[in-house]
Parts: sequence; structure tokens; C-alpha cells
Amino acid sequence: MRPSADPINPDRRAAWLIRLGDDALMLGHRLSEWSSRAPTLEEDIALSNLALDLIGQTRAFYQHACKLEGGMRDEDGLAFRRSEHEFRNVQLVEQLNGNFADTIVRHVLFSAFAYPFHRALSRSHDPEVAGIAARAGNEMAYHLRHSGEWLIRLGDGTAESHAKAQAALDMLWPYVDELFASDALDREMAESGFGADPAQVRPAFDSAVERVLSEATLERPPAAPGHRGGRDGVHTEHLGHLLAQMQYLQRAHPGASW
Amino acid sequence: MPEWNEADLASKRRRAYEAAAGVRDPEIPVLTIADLGILHDVSIGPGGRIDVVILPTYSGCPAMGIIQIEVETALARAGFAHANVRLSHSPPWSTDRMSDEGREKLRACGIAPPSRGAGKRSLFETGEEVACPRCGSPGTERISEFGSTACKALWRCTSCREPFDYFKCI
Repeated sequence: MRPSADPINPDRRAAWLIRLGDDALMLGHRLSEWSSRAPTLEEDIALSNLALDLIGQTRAFYQHACKLEGGMRDEDGLAFRRSEHEFRNVQLVEQLNGNFADTIVRHVLFSAFAYPFHRALSRSHDPEVAGIAARAGNEMAYHLRHSGEWLIRLGDGTAESHAKAQAALDMLWPYVDELFASDALDREMAESGFGADPAQVRPAFDSAVERVLSEATLERPPAAPGHRGGRDGVHTEHLGHLLAQMQYLQRAHPGASW
Repeated sequence: MPEWNEADLASKRRRAYEAAAGVRDPEIPVLTIADLGILHDVSIGPGGRIDVVILPTYSGCPAMGIIQIEVETALARAGFAHANVRLSHSPPWSTDRMSDEGREKLRACGIAPPSRGAGKRSLFETGEEVACPRCGSPGTERISEFGSTACKALWRCTSCREPFDYFKCI
């Protein structure tokens, strides 16, 4: 039998893109919580800009996913009218902002994954996905550079900033493995040439993180069993609180628009 | 039945292109969308409808929606009602698409234009050399990676001491 022109179910492709959108949405929302509260004016602007990039990436992935699904829902439906267990983001991105070091470590870990991952995804055979990923890759390089420079300052700074940066790293490290834990859907997407396999970018992550940590005089925590489940809709207690705030308007006034 | 010959179509397309190309960036009004490399394609579709493809810049740029509406308005004003203006991520926009003329206009209004070679620099040691848009001195330093809009960073000149915006290289 002749292989069909479209061998993968569009819904599976959409489901995979929604994962990427969910990662970017939660981290973007978390960073937006810093607006007007960051330690300096420049950093306030910086964190808001990083948030804006991530929300923009979210919209691009969601819009394309909705198109593949055939238009049964839209980007607002995905962001505002799904409940906790329907989100497929990794657990790292939903973690609390905590202190500034916690936010910076979370961002170094995510962008050290996302930068090489989007680079790999920019070779997708779907030109729209390739284009979104190419630009997201360039943006995440910027994110990694910015958060990496901060982590070096914090780690190689005062005794207090060093201690807080190390504590943040120890707290968030158990969420790292989930970023690279590819499942059947990841592999299916990578093999078809539509997606990319997160497991493949682990070496690039390790070398970027190693470089920042050594300059920051911080110690890489020992490998230990990590948290998992975000890709299956299992989340930490923090996601529900985040959604309660983010979705309030659309839940209280369904369909409200500007 | 109206007869369209090649010359008519070419002239119609050119008029539509010029109308769309004149739309200015709402945040940096010295630049048109043609200068920025956002205006990717203008073509004549079935039934004589004008199809325009624009490339979104930074993922979170809040100006894209406004630019889309302004292109539609400019085309309507030039006599092309119901034009179809579409955003496409393919090919991906980068600052390398900005024209030389656009770079010169940026410099003239005090914003240092982006370096070339987006996405090819090393991750941590970018070695960016940014000349002061006011005095031309290469002696400059970065104040913040983030500036007055999503697309700009804040720098200062160590010769003339003026702070200035640098259009980020993405």
C-alpha cells in the first residue's frame, strides 16, 4: 500500500506542539509575576521582556496546533479553558519564583534545554514549525546568556548570594531530568521529521550548564531520582494556584474579549 | 469579462507593494516594514485579491497586530479593499533581513543598528562591537540587555558619554 501523504495523525502533532506551548506559557506567566517587583529597574524590564518572548512563543505553537486540529478550539481556549491535568508542561516551569536566585536558576536550567532543543527543531519538515523554532532558538540563546550572567554574579558574589544560588540549584535540580525524558510521542515526532527528540540535546545542556556553574563557583548537585509526570498531566501543587490567577477572567466571564 | 494582461497585473502588484511597503513600525516610526524586512511578499490571488505575507519579528512583539491592521488600511486607501494580510513564521524573520537603508535610518535617529550574523555568534562571548550612533566611536559598553522596547538593548558610549539604544541582534 502506498504510504499516505500525511502519515502522522494531525492531532498527535498538535498534542506535541501544545506541550511546547505549555512549557513556554507557564514560564512566561511566572516571569510576568516579577513585573514591578524585580530587584532593579533594568532587571524588571528584562524579566518582563523574557516573559513576552515566551508568551509570544506560546501563541505561535498554540496557533499552529489549533490549525492542525482543524480549528475546534483556539489559543485562548488552550490557555484559559483547560484544567490542571490537561496541561502538559514539565514541572520545572511551574515552580514558584521564590527569591531572585530561584528564578534565575530555573531560567538557566530551562533555557539551557530550550536553546539547543529549538535549534534542533528548526530542522522540522513543517516549515511553520521550523520557522517558529528558529526564532525561538535565537531568543532562548539571549535568555541563557542573560540568566547565565546573573548566575555567575550570584554564585561568585557574596557569601549570601552564593548560598542562595546553591540552595536554588539543589532545590530545582531534581526537575532537570524530566526535560530530557522523551516518551513515545517525542520519539514518534522526531522519527517522522516533524519534531525533535529532547533526549538528544542533553549533552548541549550539560556543557552550557557546566560552563556557567564552574564560573559561578557552584556545585552541580549529584544525580538523584527526579520528579516526573508533567507530560502526563501530573503537576506539583503550584500549577493549580497559577491557573487560578491566570484563568480567572475567562472562567468568570467566559468568552470575554478586548 | 475583464481582460488582464501581464503589464496590468505587474503594475497593480507594484502599486499594492508600494502601499504596503510604506507602513511604518509603530514603535520605531523612522522604519517602514520594508526597511525591517517584515514585508515578505505581495501577490495577486484569485479574483484579483491582494495577498500579503508579513513575517513576525520578536515572538512577543506587541506591534504585529497593529502592523497587520495598518497594512490592510494602507491597501484599502490605495484602492485594494479586502486584501488578505497573513502572518507567516516561514521563513523566520531575523535582524539580518533589515535593509542597509533601514540600518542607516536607525543610526541617523540615534539607535545603533543590529550587527549582522544573527544566530551565528557564540553563546557566552558574543564579542559584539557596537559603534556609537552619535559620535561613531567603537568604544561602547552594554548597560542592559533589555531596553525601551522588546527589540532594543541599552548601551552607552565611553567617548561621548551618551547612552543609546541598540537594536538587538536576533
